[in-house]
Amino acid sequence: MTAATPDVGLSGLDSSPTETRWARFVRRFRRQRAAVAALTFIVVVTFCAVFAPWVAPQDPIEQDLSSSLAGPSWEHWLGADRLGRDVLSRLIFGARFSLLAAVQAVLVATVLGVPVGVLAGLARGWVDSAASTIADAVLSIPAIVLALAIIGVLQPNLTNAMIAIGIVYAPRLFRVVRSAAISVREETYIDAARASGVGTLTIARSHVIPNVLSPLVVQVSLALGFAVLAEAGVSFLGLGVQPPDASWGVMLGQSTAELEDHPILVLVPGAAIMLAVLAFNVLGDGLNDSLGREIRRE
Amino acid sequence: MNDQEPVGGDALLRVEDLAVEFITEHGWLRVVDGVSFDIRRRETIGLIGESGCGKSVTALAILGLIAPPSGRISRGRVILDGQDLLALDERELRPIRGRKIAMVFQEPMTSIDPAFTVGKQIVEVLRRHLPLSRSQARRRAIDLLDRVGIPDPHRRIDDYPHRLSGGQRQRVLIAMALSCEPELLIADEPTTALDVTVQAQVLDLLAGLQDEMGMAVLLVTHDLGVVAETCDRVVVMYAGEVVEISGVDELFPRPRHPYTAAMLASLPGLNPGEPLNPIPGLVPARHALPPGCWYGPRCEHVIQTCHSAHPALVSSGTRSARCIRADDLDLPGVGS
Amino acid sequence: MLRLVARRLLRVIPLLLLVTLIAFGLLNLVPGDPAVQIAGEFATAEQIEAVRTDLGLDQPWLARYGSWLGSAVQGDLGESLFSGVPVRTQIWDRLPATVSLIGWALMLSALIGIPAGTVAGWREGSAIDRFLTVGTTIGVAIPVFVSALVLALLVGLKLGWLPATGYVGITESPWEWARRLILPSIALAFTGAAEIARQTRAGVIEVKKQDFVRAARANGLTTWQVLGKHTLKNAMIPVVTVVGLQIGRLFGLSVLVEQIFNIPGLGSRLITAVFENDIPFIQGTVLMLGTVIILVNAAIDISYGYFNPRVRES
Repeated sequence: MTAATPDVGLSGLDSSPTETRWARFVRRFRRQRAAVAALTFIVVVTFCAVFAPWVAPQDPIEQDLSSSLAGPSWEHWLGADRLGRDVLSRLIFGARFSLLAAVQAVLVATVLGVPVGVLAGLARGWVDSAASTIADAVLSIPAIVLALAIIGVLQPNLTNAMIAIGIVYAPRLFRVVRSAAISVREETYIDAARASGVGTLTIARSHVIPNVLSPLVVQVSLALGFAVLAEAGVSFLGLGVQPPDASWGVMLGQSTAELEDHPILVLVPGAAIMLAVLAFNVLGDGLNDSLGREIRRE
Repeated sequence: MNDQEPVGGDALLRVEDLAVEFITEHGWLRVVDGVSFDIRRRETIGLIGESGCGKSVTALAILGLIAPPSGRISRGRVILDGQDLLALDERELRPIRGRKIAMVFQEPMTSIDPAFTVGKQIVEVLRRHLPLSRSQARRRAIDLLDRVGIPDPHRRIDDYPHRLSGGQRQRVLIAMALSCEPELLIADEPTTALDVTVQAQVLDLLAGLQDEMGMAVLLVTHDLGVVAETCDRVVVMYAGEVVEISGVDELFPRPRHPYTAAMLASLPGLNPGEPLNPIPGLVPARHALPPGCWYGPRCEHVIQTCHSAHPALVSSGTRSARCIRADDLDLPGVGS
Repeated sequence: MLRLVARRLLRVIPLLLLVTLIAFGLLNLVPGDPAVQIAGEFATAEQIEAVRTDLGLDQPWLARYGSWLGSAVQGDLGESLFSGVPVRTQIWDRLPATVSLIGWALMLSALIGIPAGTVAGWREGSAIDRFLTVGTTIGVAIPVFVSALVLALLVGLKLGWLPATGYVGITESPWEWARRLILPSIALAFTGAAEIARQTRAGVIEVKKQDFVRAARANGLTTWQVLGKHTLKNAMIPVVTVVGLQIGRLFGLSVLVEQIFNIPGLGSRLITAVFENDIPFIQGTVLMLGTVIILVNAAIDISYGYFNPRVRES
């Protein structure tokens, strides 16, 4: 009994028993307008990234010094940079690098963090202690510092940068997955299943995985936002995507010199990064709300 | 307890036509509807009904503790000393809370702040309402702990709540509530969360303190046994309404409302092997109330007219019942 | 309480050990032969050998680790690869700038975040709350280099109110020191304030539903007593956690901000070290920062004992 709303028989007014889990999730998700907007935005950007050569009006690498630092015009919708390259096209192609890099990083983080997390959460004992201590140690080093350090000993290029970011993020995924596995393990219905003779592997398959999947999906969305941000930061410093390729971070880094006179060159990629991160975060929150009750219900 | 000094006289507190609503998926639903009753000085009133009937909400509403944005008081007055409490804002209510009217809640395990010592919290309440110095307040707090039966109060006063058992915490809550000697104590299921043996002790404690301090008690409970032991009068609630008001001595042997009779009949008998008599059916959902009498669908004595109009609470002498057949039915009760 | 402190400090040891392993292990990540990498493309065989002995790469792993660790514990973190300047000296010289920056940022984040979150949580559902929720969602997504650049552009360059670059030590001129740190601190503080506000709000909302808060109100306590004392003290644990997490984050983000605002701190030095492949400096920085954060986290854990007395005994 909580303070504000004593039990007065108002519960049970929500769902109908005939919905499948998927249908229920979709229904809940659709009600979150912000999350739906975020998802739409991400889909559009992904589309542009995948079909960049057809979507972008011009070649992003082609230089045209006569249009150097031109403002927005019919020819260059968002203007041109110092070397006369079309900003809009670079932005669209930049999406390719930024998104691809983010996916790479999250993949690395998932492969490193998730299986270990599930194992640690279920096995407990010294396996759990050891894995958790290692994760805590990695987490003790600031993310950017560790990423830079790893890039510093490998060569500065995109792949290495993404591996570094993936390594840095892995302990965070580890933690989330581990606590999900632990909470599943301690649910009394696991005891009930065991008591009725169900095997461990079946339990793992039908109970553990679905319950770990929900928080994991949420975290992956947030991780993508983090990875986009991290890639931008690293490329901004010149340690990620290498010219002439351009991600949004590179665009940002290359135009700081023009900050005072042509701020648009900085603001455009900056806004793109910000919107992408915002979209992933909002999507993650929306997923959390739509899936959240699923978890509790289970 | 029920038969010593004359209790009554004027009403200390009068609840008039109270209605409380909560917001749900179906919009604002009324969970307490048109509740009225008096509490007289020094008397013990039992507010009884099953879970979800609105009795706790009524108790909270008296002290203005219905929390927006999810709940609101939509109608009614609560008159204390000529003032309508529901018309007062937070600031004006505070000097009354804890001072004139105090409340003890159901969950002793979670109703004390775990981050501060027991003593600090009692002193805080004392100094809020009374002009006491810190040492005076502390001495009074130790005295209070002693009166509620906490052994070794000089030491216990500096304990954190997690060091006390459930029964002891409930005593501390009672001490806090009574620290400023209120005129009315509202006890919301004070013993439900406690072991049976401890229940009896706490009830005895309350009765003793009530005598000492000459205060009135509004006891909210679902337990008829507790009501029989401790109350002077009883207010029976069903589905958010008052369905019967009566003195304890008359209610038990001769109830006037079928719901009251059914509740009494459903009490497990003391003879082993006796079958249980649960009341068939369920309390109606707030958004799907039946036409006419809300208890109708479950009532043994229902007739056609019961469904046509919603019955009013009709008094007959000192008793009231919300049933059109109250005068005709001769309902069985228990003991005397 | 003392037992809690002792137990928590004990757990610090394996963490510190692992951090030293990570810092040391960085060297082993170098692809191929580290000596060749570091000596550069045009090195002769002798130069490569010299680098190898310099870094002790000719000895077995464990011995190298042991001697490195032994020196590190005594404060000797080696020397920068090319300049020969001791790493320790460089870190020490650069630390004040970074610490000043992070200190200001943290203070701003907490001073804005905690009150904002408290008000939003207490008045849940009100206009202020909704405004804050939108604000924090956006605030968390603003990349620090974007906010830094925008601030430098608008306030620094266009409006000229505050300087956009440079750093002055506090001992030279406290006024200038503060003035130059304002913009970069604000840039750093955005995300932190947003996260702290969110966490505080969530904590207050969670706690205000608790029975003891209702009981306190029922006893007639004032808003300040109910909110300030009882609600906040109980809500503080997750908030303190977040504030502590910020410290680690800020060290990382300061790297970017120092670069943009031209502040001669640890971060900007680290960037040049990465370009130069200056491995000893990188290792030294990783080790030092890891150690600092482990100790800070331990201190925060111990502070839980103050906020939640039950923790002292468990």
